Amino acid sequence: MLDIRDLHATVGDKEILRGISLSVGAGEIHAIMGPNGSGKSTLAQVLAGHPAYEVTGGSVTYDGEDLLAMAPEERAQKGLFLAFQYPVEIPGVTNGYFLRAGYNAIRKAKGLEEVDLFEFDDIVKERLQLVDMDPGMLKRAVNSGFSGGEKKRNEILQMAVLEPRLAVLDETDSGLDIDALRVVSDGVNKLRRPDNATIVVTHYQRLLNYIVPDFVHVLVNGRIVQSGGKELALELEAHGYAGVAA
Amino acid sequence: MGSSIETLVNREYQYGFVTDIEQDTIPRGLSEDVVRLISAKKQEPEFLLNWRLKAYKRWLTMREPHWANVTYPPIDYQNVSYYSAPRAVKPLGSLDEVDPELRRTYERLGISLTEQKRLSGVAVDAIFDSVSVGTTMRKELGELGIIFCSFGEAVREHPELVEKYLGSVVPYSDNFFASLNSAVFSDGSFCYVPPGVRCPMELSTYFRINAAGTGQFERTLIIADEGAYVSYLEGCTAPRRDENQLHAAVVELVALDNATVKYSTVQNWYAGDTEGKGGIYNFVTKRGAARGVNSKISWTQVETGSAITWKYPSVILQGDNSTGEFYSVAVVNNHQQADTGTKMIHMGRNTKSTIVSKGISAGQGNNSYRGKVQVLKKADNARNYTQCDSMLVGNRCGAHTFPYIEVANSTATLEHEASTSKIGEDQIFYCKQRGLTAEDAVSMIVSGFCKDVFQQLPMEFALEAQQLLGITLEGSVG
Repeated sequence: MLDIRDLHATVGDKEILRGISLSVGAGEIHAIMGPNGSGKSTLAQVLAGHPAYEVTGGSVTYDGEDLLAMAPEERAQKGLFLAFQYPVEIPGVTNGYFLRAGYNAIRKAKGLEEVDLFEFDDIVKERLQLVDMDPGMLKRAVNSGFSGGEKKRNEILQMAVLEPRLAVLDETDSGLDIDALRVVSDGVNKLRRPDNATIVVTHYQRLLNYIVPDFVHVLVNGRIVQSGGKELALELEAHGYAGVAA
Repeated sequence: MGSSIETLVNREYQYGFVTDIEQDTIPRGLSEDVVRLISAKKQEPEFLLNWRLKAYKRWLTMREPHWANVTYPPIDYQNVSYYSAPRAVKPLGSLDEVDPELRRTYERLGISLTEQKRLSGVAVDAIFDSVSVGTTMRKELGELGIIFCSFGEAVREHPELVEKYLGSVVPYSDNFFASLNSAVFSDGSFCYVPPGVRCPMELSTYFRINAAGTGQFERTLIIADEGAYVSYLEGCTAPRRDENQLHAAVVELVALDNATVKYSTVQNWYAGDTEGKGGIYNFVTKRGAARGVNSKISWTQVETGSAITWKYPSVILQGDNSTGEFYSVAVVNNHQQADTGTKMIHMGRNTKSTIVSKGISAGQGNNSYRGKVQVLKKADNARNYTQCDSMLVGNRCGAHTFPYIEVANSTATLEHEASTSKIGEDQIFYCKQRGLTAEDAVSMIVSGFCKDVFQQLPMEFALEAQQLLGITLEGSVG
């Protein structure tokens, strides 16, 4: 589904990604771990097409197409979803309106009919339960005045509504207490299907107790230095990143 | 902002066409003779000519005000034609006699002058340059005793009402532009709603400037007698021209005991091109007198056009328990400048006023809110709530707020809230990541920002305003 080859990227004139290669197949969950500043979030942002990052080498193929040639909204319309590490506030726009706008934009791009308020209401109500969120959240402005935990939950709600083919969760566990972590993880697990895939970017092993990965990759200094199964995460927890840093 | 913002192409101003019609335009220049000529062309009674002449003499002693936060080259008032009318204008038996070319013009603007308009429940007075070319739905309104006609017609048929109320809210000596208007105004709309009548449909005036080298100086007078209610809409467009054209209008509203006047404007005058060339100079005086007890005057404006907007729809709260409202969205893009706001003058007891102003600046536009809340000595328990929000799109625009507060009664309660925000690259990227285009994102964010004001507009106007906003901001974000 996703094939990253020798990817290099810079922000300003600083090289952050220094040759990343990674293949993600349908139905798989990949965890990307690594110390602060190793390039984990950069990788997530580059996949989503953030304009602040410049790709200086390598390729990314998504469902056989050149992902890097697509505009950010096109990537989203084709099923790539990024759960932001720092979700953005949009005052004045209600969460419900925002969700429906995104949902319909994606439907439109697929040539499907847009859904009206009432149809959408039914869809979103069901998904709210998945992340244990109150319908009142839909009436509040997007992320405005949300607590850290509410913002992260809201990202997962969006994921539940938009049903991406490839979800990239960027430090979704940071700022979550243990109960919220369980709710968010449950949501992600329930959304798992044989035809979609998830990349979980995290600093700590904790999240991986709940979202169990098929593969774990260790990112240090912009390169993947080690890959393995879920047991690799436990090893890292015991010995720290110093043990694997090349 | 970063490279991705500000790259799109601007959409053309879609009302920029010129109607090819024979016009009777008087030579450029202003003098006492011109004032007399306009009055004579309109066959006005003595009192009105004298009023015009007093205004003209007063105007000669006045200087153009420059306290507003706008800049423009000096206006040569002798280089403007003060009267222009389609040649064929004569009293019409019915709207079907309106010149087909004119009718087509209004149809292109989305305004039907045929009586079919009754289906949509809006009565329209269409002003083309200096004169009214037709008013719809008159029969239906007449049955209720509502007078809705061109100003010229009101002068001929209801001179006693005109004499009683003209200048009673905005005197001929009020300010430079109002005095100029009082001297040379050529037409406009007039409305009188008799006691106890609730006007069953929206009344609307559609202003169109067509001729080159002319100014438009119209005058609107709306009176709601005791217990009456009227909701009024105003729309405006003009052709694209490289020269700047002057529009100096006056609107006066009067609400007697227990009466309500609601006045909504969607202003879409030609704003000039992306380089700031051409466009309308919109210097307008709008004021309402909430004269009676429990009376209410409400202004809602969506200002998207004009090269320069200088406009402060105000309410004088004279009656006890009277209410004044001002809801405004002002958008500037490219090189547009707007200095707009309101004045709420509390004179009566238990008077209440609400001000909600939303300013949006994009491109190199400059947007200023200027508002005054004044509570006079006898206005016990006056209350005002002011909310004043600015939104910036891009890095080269400006937003300014100039609130003035004068309180002479210690029982007054005033609240003022203000905020400034910016549509950020991060917000746009967030929306894009959810599948939206940059333009959808901006339009969604801006609509959300303006929601409190749009809610005040009559339904069909609200949709138009929202679309207009999208068009005005198109090209400001990429």
